[in-house]
Amino acid sequence: MSRASTAPVAPPVAPPKEGVPVQGGVGTSALRPDGVPKVKGEFAYSSDMWDEHMLWGATVRSPHPHACIVSIDITDALKHPGVHAVLTHEDVAGRKTFGLERPDQPVLASERVRYRGEPIALVAAAHPETARRAAEAVHIDYEVLQPVTDPEVALDAATVALHPSGNVVRHIHIAHGEPDPEADVVAEATYEVGMQDQAFLGPESGLAVPDGSGGVDLYVSTQWLHVDREQLAASLALAPEEVRITLAGVGGAFGAREDLSIQIHSCMLALTTNRPVKMMYSREESFYGHVHRHPARLNYIHGATTSGELVFVKARLVFDGGAYASSSTAVCANAATLCCGPYEVPNALIDCYAVYTNNPPCGAMRGFGAVQACFAYESQMDLLAAKLAMDPVELRLRNAASTGTVTPTGQKIEGPAPVAELLTRVRDAPLPPPGSPGTPDIRELPGGVSNATHGEAVRRGIGHAAGYKNICYSEGFDDYATARVRLSAPAGEPVVEVHTAAAEVGQGVATIQLQIARTELGVEAAVLRPADTSIGSSGSSSASRQTWMTGGAVKTACEAVRERVLSTAAEVLGAEPGELYLSNGLVMSLELGAVYSLAELLGDTVVEATREYRHAPTSPLDANGQGNAHAGFAFAAHRAVVDVDVELGLVKVVDIATAQDVGMALNPQAVEGQIEGGIAQGIGLALMEEVQVIDGVIRNPSFTDYLIPTSLDMPPVHADVLELGDPGSPYGVKGVGEPPVISSTPAVVAAVRAATGRALRRIPMRPDDVAGLTDRSPAGEAPREPR
Amino acid sequence: MDIYRPASWSEALEVKRGAPESVPLAGGTDLMVDLNFGRARPQALLDLTRLAELAGWDRDNGRVRIGAGVTFTTLIAELAPELPGLAIASRTVGSPQIRNRATLGGNLGTASPAGDALPPLLAAGAEVEVASAARSRRIPLEDFFIAPKVTALEGGELIAAIVVPVADGPQQYSKIGTRNAMVIATVSFALALHPGRRRVGTGIGSAAPRPLRATEAEDFIGGVLAEHDLWSSGAPIPEPASARFGELVAAAAQPIDDVRGTVAYRRHALAVLARRTLAWAWSDYRSAA
Ligand SMILES: Cc1cc2nc3c(=O)[nH]c(=O)nc-3n(C[C@H](O)[C@H](O)[C@H](O)COP(=O)(O)OP(=O)(O)OC[C@H]3O[C@@H](n4cnc5c(N)ncnc54)[C@H](O)[C@@H]3O)c2cc1C
Repeated sequence: MSRASTAPVAPPVAPPKEGVPVQGGVGTSALRPDGVPKVKGEFAYSSDMWDEHMLWGATVRSPHPHACIVSIDITDALKHPGVHAVLTHEDVAGRKTFGLERPDQPVLASERVRYRGEPIALVAAAHPETARRAAEAVHIDYEVLQPVTDPEVALDAATVALHPSGNVVRHIHIAHGEPDPEADVVAEATYEVGMQDQAFLGPESGLAVPDGSGGVDLYVSTQWLHVDREQLAASLALAPEEVRITLAGVGGAFGAREDLSIQIHSCMLALTTNRPVKMMYSREESFYGHVHRHPARLNYIHGATTSGELVFVKARLVFDGGAYASSSTAVCANAATLCCGPYEVPNALIDCYAVYTNNPPCGAMRGFGAVQACFAYESQMDLLAAKLAMDPVELRLRNAASTGTVTPTGQKIEGPAPVAELLTRVRDAPLPPPGSPGTPDIRELPGGVSNATHGEAVRRGIGHAAGYKNICYSEGFDDYATARVRLSAPAGEPVVEVHTAAAEVGQGVATIQLQIARTELGVEAAVLRPADTSIGSSGSSSASRQTWMTGGAVKTACEAVRERVLSTAAEVLGAEPGELYLSNGLVMSLELGAVYSLAELLGDTVVEATREYRHAPTSPLDANGQGNAHAGFAFAAHRAVVDVDVELGLVKVVDIATAQDVGMALNPQAVEGQIEGGIAQGIGLALMEEVQVIDGVIRNPSFTDYLIPTSLDMPPVHADVLELGDPGSPYGVKGVGEPPVISSTPAVVAAVRAATGRALRRIPMRPDDVAGLTDRSPAGEAPREPR
Repeated sequence: MDIYRPASWSEALEVKRGAPESVPLAGGTDLMVDLNFGRARPQALLDLTRLAELAGWDRDNGRVRIGAGVTFTTLIAELAPELPGLAIASRTVGSPQIRNRATLGGNLGTASPAGDALPPLLAAGAEVEVASAARSRRIPLEDFFIAPKVTALEGGELIAAIVVPVADGPQQYSKIGTRNAMVIATVSFALALHPGRRRVGTGIGSAAPRPLRATEAEDFIGGVLAEHDLWSSGAPIPEPASARFGELVAAAAQPIDDVRGTVAYRRHALAVLARRTLAWAWSDYRSAA
C-alpha cells in the first residue's frame, strides 16, 4: 500500500454520504459486457475461432442404436489426400471412458455401441469437407443387436443388461409418514413427458492447441471448465496442469454443455498431429452430440380429505436415461425429492428410477428432473380438484408449503416459501381482454400467420400451476466456487479485476460478478478476466447456482480486499477500520467524510485476495429417501390464458402471468430475461418441442422439424418479482433461471384442458391430441412394484 | 465444385446445355440447406441470382407472368390484388429473411409437396414456362410435379416463369403447422372461386407425394353452385354441401404418418380447412356481389 502521501485529500465539495451507490452496482440493470457485441454480430463464439495452421476434426458415428463392433478399418480414410490423422479407441492414451457422475461412456467405442450417433473414430484433415469425406471412408463392421428402447422393458430383469452394472442407473425410494394412510378421495393417473432438446443455437465447437511439450490448451464452449479438465486429463493421460481450458464464446447451454462433446476428441487430434485442431458439429450432428431432457413416465395417486387436505402421494417415476449415465443420478434425485410439489404432504411413498436404454443419452436440462415431476403433480392437483369439485387454486392454497414445511425427505424448508402468495398473485393478476370481435388479426389467433381460423372453433382456457426447485448442488456434494479479486490503480484510477472460472453461458454471470465487485469496493471500473482453469473451480453454470455461488465467492474475495485496504487506511489515519468505508473511489470516514482517494492510497500496490465460497452443507439421502439433501429452494407460480382452435387442435398462448421469489434481484433486467426465456422453453415443452425417437433413431434432428417457439408463439408476460431474501445466500439471492421453465408448462396444459375438456396427459401435446383425434395419454395404472 | 455465373438468361441456357449436371441456384434457401446437411454435393452450381430477366413480372391478357426469380416478398408487396391466394400463401412462408431471398422458381424447383406456393397456383390454374437453349414450352402445373423432388424438367431445361390467370374471384389459402409462424406445412389447402367459368379450383399441400388438385371435390361443389344457381343468387352454400366438399377434399389426399403429423389428423384438418376456406371465399364473393 502506498505510503507516499499521508495527508488526507481535501474533502470534495459535497462529501458522498454512506451508501451512495456506485454506477452499475448490485440492484441495477447494469449493461452486459457482451451485450453490444452480441447485438452487433461482433461477439466471437467458439465456432468463430480460427488458427492459420489449424486442422479440422470430424467424428465417425454409429448408424445403429445397438450393435457390436466387429472391426474398424481406417486404411482408406488414411489414404485420403489432406488427412492428417485417423484415431480410434486404441489411441485413447488414458482412461477409455468418461462421464459426469460415473465414467461409463467410451471416449471412442471399441466393442459395442449403445446409441445411434455414438462416436467411434476421429479424423483430422486440412479442410472440413475432406475430414467429413474421410470419415465416410472409415469402414466399420457391425453385428447389429436389438435395441432396448422402452425403459419399462429395460427395467425387466429378463432384458439384456446394457452395462455391467445392469440397467438401473439409480433407484430412489422415499417413505415418509404412515405407510398406508386412508383418504376420502383419490385421484390417479399416468403422465408422459417427451424428450426435449436444449436447442442452443451455437453448435458444439472448440479449438485445441498443442503446447509443443505434451500439453494442450483448449478453447471451448462449456458449462464447467474444471470438470471438463478432470475428465480430459484422465483420458489424455496428462497431469491436470498440462490441460488448460479457456472458455470460448458460448452460444447457449441450458444443460447441454455439461457433458463432454468435442473436448477429448479435439485434444487427441491436436496432440497426435501437433497442430491446432478445430471441431464444430453441424446442426444434425449436434442433436446426436449432446444429451437431452429425460423422457419420463409418471404414475401418481393423490389422496385427500373431502375438505381438500392432502393425505398422501404415491408415485412411481421412470426416467429414460438413454445409453449412458450422464447426470441421470442427480436428475433422478431431484425428481424424487421434489415430486410432491410445493405442498404439505404428510405421507408419501415414492419410487423413482433412472434407467439405461439404447435411446440417445439424457442428462442436464434447465429444470433438471423438476420439470417432469411438476407437470405430473400439478396435473394431479387439477384432477384432484375436479374430483373434489373444488377450485384448483383453492385446493393448492389449502395445501401450500410455507416456511417450516417438512418435505417428503424430512427436510424442513428454511427461509421464505411464499407458495400461497405466489398463487394468489397470479390468480388475481388482471386478465387479458377477450378475443377481439370483428375482423380478427390472424396473428392473434391459433395458427397465427398460417391463416387456419378466423375465429371458428376458438375457445379460451385458463390454467394455473406452482412449482419449486432446489438451488445449487445437493446430496452432500462439496459445492464451491472460487474467485480472485485484485484492486489496483494502474493509471491513477482504481480498477478492480475479477477472475473466476464461472462459465458465462448467456445467463449474465459475467455482469453479476462485475456488479458485485463495484458495489463491494465502491469502484466503478471493474473488469473480468477470461474464465479459465488457471484459477480454482467455480462449479457448473447449472442448478441456478452461479449468482449464489460465484457471486458469493466474488463478494467474499472483495470483502477480504476491502478489509485490507481499510485497515491500511486506518493505520495511516490512526482511525478504527470500523469507522471507514469505501465509496465511489474514495475512502470515507463516518465522521469526516472523504479522507482519502483510493487511487492515492493504493499507489502502485496491488491488493489481491482469492476466496472459496461454499453454501451450507447438505446430506445424502438414506435408504428411505430421508435427508436434508438440498441447500435451498426457489418457488414460482404461473397462470396461462390460451385460445384453442378445438377443431384443429392449434393453440395460441394469449397471456402468462407469473410470480416468483428471486430473493433479491441483483440485476432486474437479467431477472426479467430469465423469466421470459424460461417461460418460452416451458411453452415449447407444452406445445411443440420433442426430439422424436423411434427405435433409437432421432427422426427430426433439425430446426426444420424440432420446433421451438417464435415471437408469435410467445405471449406477453406479466411478471411479479418478489424479493423476500434467502437467509443462507449472499445478498439473499435465490436462483432465478429454472423456476420459470418448471410451472409454466403445466399451467399451459391446464389451460388447454380447460378449453377442450380433454385429459391431455402427455407433453408436448400435439394438434391430434388437442383436437381429440388421438389420445396419447398413457393408461392410468397403479404404481407397481419394480419387476 | 464449379460455379457458373451467367450474366444473361441466354447465357444461362447455354451453360445449362453444356453442363446439364449443373444445379441452378436461386435464393439458396433450399439448396444451401441441402449442401450444409450433406444431402447434396453437386459437381457444379449455376448461379441465377444475377439474371434481371428472372426477377420481374408482367401482366398481359388476363395473365400474370412471374419470373422464376421473383421472391415471396415481392409477391406479397406487388401481386396481392392479382393473385390473392398466392399472396396469402407467400405470407405464411418462413420468416422475413427467408421471404426476402426465397423465390417462386425455387419453390417449384424443390418440388416439395409442402411448398406453400404450389396449392394456390394449382387452384388458380397456373402453367410453368420452361426453357432450354433450343426451345421454350409451357407445362400445366399439375403435370409439372412427378414425385417429391422430381419435376418434368428435362436435361437442359430451366424454369423461366410461372404464368397464372389473374384472379376472377376470391381466393384463400390456409395451412396447418404446430407453431404460429415459420413452420413447414403439416397440411395445406388453397381454394379459388372462378365465377366467370362457374368453377371452383383447389390445391392440396403436404398430403400426398406431390401437390394435388381435389378434382372430385371441385366438380361436386361446382355442381352444387350451378344446380342452385348460387353464383347468381349469392345465397349461402348449404351446410351439408360444404361438409361434403370437405370430405371429398380429405378423400383426395394420400397422406402419410411422419414427424409433422398423422394420416388421421391430415385428413381431418384438410376437411376443416376446405370447409373454412370455402366459407371465407364465398362470404367475400357474396359481399362483393
Ligand atoms: C428457415 C426456412 C424456412 C422455410 N419456410 C418455408 C415455408 O414456410 N414454406 C415453403 O414453401 N418453403 C419454405 N422454405 C423452403 C424454401 O425457402 C422455399 O422452397 C423457396 O421457395 C426456395 O426458393 P430458393 O430461391 O431459395 O431456391 P433454391 O434453394 O435456390 O433452389 C431450390 C431448388 O430449385 C432449383 N431451382 C431454382 N431455380 C430454378 C430455376 N429457375 N429453374 C430450375 N430449377 C431451379 C434449385 O436447383 C434447387 O433444386 C424454408 C426454408 C428455410 C431455410
